[in-house]
Parts: sequence; C-alpha cells; structure tokens
Amino acid sequence: MDRAETQTPPPEALTVVPLRHYGLWVGTAITLAILGLILKALATNPAFDWPTVGKYLFHPSIMRGLGQTLVLTVTIMVLAIVIGTIVAIMRLSPSRILNAFASAYIWFFRGAPALIQLIFWFNLALVVREFSLTLPFIGTLFTVKTNDFMTPFVAAVIALSLHEAGYMAEIVRAGINSVASGQTEAAGSLGMNHRLILRRITLPQAMRFIVPPTGNETINLLKTTSLVTIIAVNDLLYAAQSIYARTFETIPLLIVVAFWYLFVVTILSICQHYIEQYYGRSDLQQGASFGDTLKRAFRFGRVAQPA
Amino acid sequence: MTSKAENQARFGVPDNSMVFARGVRKSFGAVEVLKGIDLNVPTGSVACVIGPSGSGKSTFLRCINHLEEVSGGVLLVDGEFVGYDLRHGKLYEVNNKLLCQRRADIGMVFQSFNLFSHMTALENLIEAPIMVKGMSKAEAKDKAHALLERVGLSAKADAYPRQLSGGQQQRVAIARALAMNPKVLLFDEPTSALDPELVGEVLVVMRDLAESGMTMVVVTHEIGFAREVGDQLIFMDRGVVEERGEPREMIANPQSPRTREFLSHVL
Repeated sequence: MDRAETQTPPPEALTVVPLRHYGLWVGTAITLAILGLILKALATNPAFDWPTVGKYLFHPSIMRGLGQTLVLTVTIMVLAIVIGTIVAIMRLSPSRILNAFASAYIWFFRGAPALIQLIFWFNLALVVREFSLTLPFIGTLFTVKTNDFMTPFVAAVIALSLHEAGYMAEIVRAGINSVASGQTEAAGSLGMNHRLILRRITLPQAMRFIVPPTGNETINLLKTTSLVTIIAVNDLLYAAQSIYARTFETIPLLIVVAFWYLFVVTILSICQHYIEQYYGRSDLQQGASFGDTLKRAFRFGRVAQPA
Repeated sequence: MTSKAENQARFGVPDNSMVFARGVRKSFGAVEVLKGIDLNVPTGSVACVIGPSGSGKSTFLRCINHLEEVSGGVLLVDGEFVGYDLRHGKLYEVNNKLLCQRRADIGMVFQSFNLFSHMTALENLIEAPIMVKGMSKAEAKDKAHALLERVGLSAKADAYPRQLSGGQQQRVAIARALAMNPKVLLFDEPTSALDPELVGEVLVVMRDLAESGMTMVVVTHEIGFAREVGDQLIFMDRGVVEERGEPREMIANPQSPRTREFLSHVL
C-alpha cells in the first residue's frame, strides 16, 4: 500500500463535532421550569406577604433576638472549644483513667439529644435543690438555690456547650492525630518539652484539620440555638414567635427569621474561608496572587491552580 | 547526681569519648532488636553504621538521644546518661526538663527530614533556639541566616518545606540541628529518601561538617561516604556488631562472611 494513502491530514484541518449532552439539556430545562414555578409562587402567593416581611426585618425585638442568638452561639462555641480541647488531650493521654473518662464524656454528651440535655439543665432544681460550699472548721460559706442562678440563659449555655464539646473533642483529637509523628520526634530531639511541642508544633498543624469542621459546627450550633426557644430564652426564633402569636403573621415572620439565620451563616462562611487560608498558608504555591486568592474566596471563574 | 568523672571511672569510658555504649540491649515486647552493642565515638570523629534493614542500627541511633529507652546496658553521651541519673547504684529517670536540656545538645537528622511543615526554613531554624534556649529573636535569626548560607540555601529562608526539593529540605534539617550547637549529630539514613541526583548535595554538607570537627554518628547506605569521611565503620546485623574497623580497610578486606555478603550487594 502506498504510504501517502494512509497518512492523515494535519490536525488543524479536522473539525471537532462536540458530543451532544441531551440528558444535560433536559435536566436544565426541568430545573428552570421548577425555578420559575417557585419564583411565581413567591411573587404571587399573598401568604408570603412581603410588605410585612419588610416591616419586621429590622423590628427592635427581632434585633434583640438576633443579638441574643449571636451571644449564645459565641459563648457556647468558645466554651465548647475549651472543654473539647481539654477532653481531646485527656483522650490522647497515656493514663487509662483519663482516657476512659474522656471516652465516657464524649459517649454521653454527644449521644444524648441536645433538646433533652437542655430541658434537663433547666430543671436541675428537681435533682439538686441548692449548692453550698462547706469547709471543715469554718462552716458553710455560701448557699445558692439552684433556681436562683439556673436562668434559661445559663441552662442553655451549660447544656449546649457540654453537648457541643463532645463534638469538638472528637474534632480536636482527629486533628492532633493527623499530624505526623515525625514532627513530634523532631521537636523532641531539639529539646522541646511536651507542652511546647503541643503548643508550637502539633496544634498549629492540627488547626488545618480542625478549622473546617469547627466552622461547620459553628454554623450548625447557630441554628441549634433555636432549640432554646423551648425553655423561653429570648432568641431570634422566640422573638418572632412572640410577635406572630399576637398578629398571626406566621409565614412572614418565619421568613424574617430565616433571612437573618442565612445572613449570619453567609458571614460565618466567609470568615471560615479566611481562617482556613491562614492556617493553610504553608500549602500555597509561591507567587499565588491576591487576585487568585479573591477568585478562590468567592469561587467565581475557574482557577487553574490545584487546590 | 553522679559527675561525668565518676561515670567515666565506673564504666571505663575513654577520656575523649562523646558517645559510649557498652552492652546496650533493647527489646520491643518479646523481640530483642539490640543484643549488646558496644561502641565508642571519640569527640570530633565520625562513626558510620551500616547493615541490612532490621539490623537494629536505627533503633540504636534513637536510643542515643533517648527517643527509645534502652532495656539494658550503659549508653553515655559526653559521659552522662541521657534519660537517667545514676545515684546509689540505681538509674533514676530524669524529669522532663533535664531530659529536654540534654536532648538539646544531641542533634538528630531524620530520614524523612521532619521539617516543621507550617514554618518557613528560617522559622524552622529559630524555633528551638528561641523557645528552648531563650535566645533573642534577632540573634537567632542572624545565626539562622549564617547556617542557611553554610548549607547553600540563603535564598530559601522564606520558603516552606513543601516548596523545597528533598535535598534542600534535608540541608535545612541539618542546619536546624546545627542551630542548637549540638555536641554530637546523629544521622538516621539521611539520604535514603532522596532521589539519586539529590544525594550528593546532602553528602557535601555532611562532609563539610565532618571536616569542621563535628562528632557524628551516621547510619547510612552510602558506602562511598563511609569510606571517605568515616573514622570508624560498624557493620550491624541482627542486633549485634558483626564487624568494625577502619573504613577503607574493612570495605577492601572484610573479615566476616556476613559483612562480605552485605558489601557485595551495596557496592
């Protein structure tokens, strides 16, 4: 056979016919149709009552409720991180007793439903009537009735931070375990002691694995705090409930509540991104520009760089 | 606490000894990996340890700075036990603070580099001098820059380990160990994790160190390095020292059949 016959033309002369993704087109069409129906319902169904939503969006008692929700979330999360880190370190300690105690803590406080723990702490007075500090030879220094200090707010903080600490303990433990043992050995061979190694070498590296799930937990907790409505803490949902109990504008007020939760979650997600980036800075390729960073932050456009 | 002189008299440690081992044994559970190792590394000399994997050479090295506890025998660095104090004929485990102080004087270079991956090269070098020795940041940085220059990496001071090649990482790791002014440097197969073309740059740094008078114990598979730089060569097999001697002579004319067999595989 003549060699010229089998030769293919140069590549630029060939036309590429793209594969037709019919399934993709059908899927897109159906999605657009559903989206259209939802938008129509939102716009035309009088039950959504958008003017009322606007009226209550910045209502003072809604604002107070939002403030209370944020205070609860921050307080509980800070306490949960502190308690959780302590439990995680106990869980990793060579002492079997500490280890078993930490395991039991995680088993119980993570396993029991948050709502039940919340109601339990609120009703602590049924179990313990009063707390007192009695010293030998000196006598009773002080006595407080449980009902006097176990306000709904205190009960909510105790119950949810103990619950959340169960999750945080596992997150911190997994983070610490993710750091290669060679790092600890190298630090030890340089004369660093256990505490210094934990603080300077292990925890900073563990942070890269701890931060993303902690961000998720914070977002989750923000929404879980709406459970406190049941023990009459004046949070965002409770504030809305108090209004619609009077005015029966239930749906518009639920939209107001959902709006604020989504708003805070969005802000938290952006913060989380920057914190992750801070702890992952040793991963960045040299010369990654600020523009790329921004692009990655908001995920617009395709960034060719490996993640 | 016994003094250095007492230990030396009691265990017959030669005068200028930096690392001294007599009958060192180590077991992991029922498995005895070191079955009585004797070694003397004089100050300023280089001891190279070779042997098949599983022969216990890395374990022995890790015993020297007490990353592993010995199960028996005497192991002294600069005339002192690293993890113990000898009092009234008993070895008392030392507290954490003292152990850290002694470890700070024993540098170690690992097969897998183990640079702190969240820190730049410079930060790796200044971490321990500042946190352990209480050196000022300015002084530590000056020293770190000088050391990076010595290993030929002044330009990489602000690079993170991930951005460096294996050979560069190992050179930073050597500089990091040097930043503590150690009395002795332990190398645990420092070139085994490197691509062949990167081995040379690490060996150059190690040779330079040996020439400057650093006391070194090197576990290695680089027979050429052992021959040219080592003052003594130890061949370990199944937890014992099978043969030891002057490197050139031993490599040219091994006495034990096991040594001969091993050398025929690696040469």
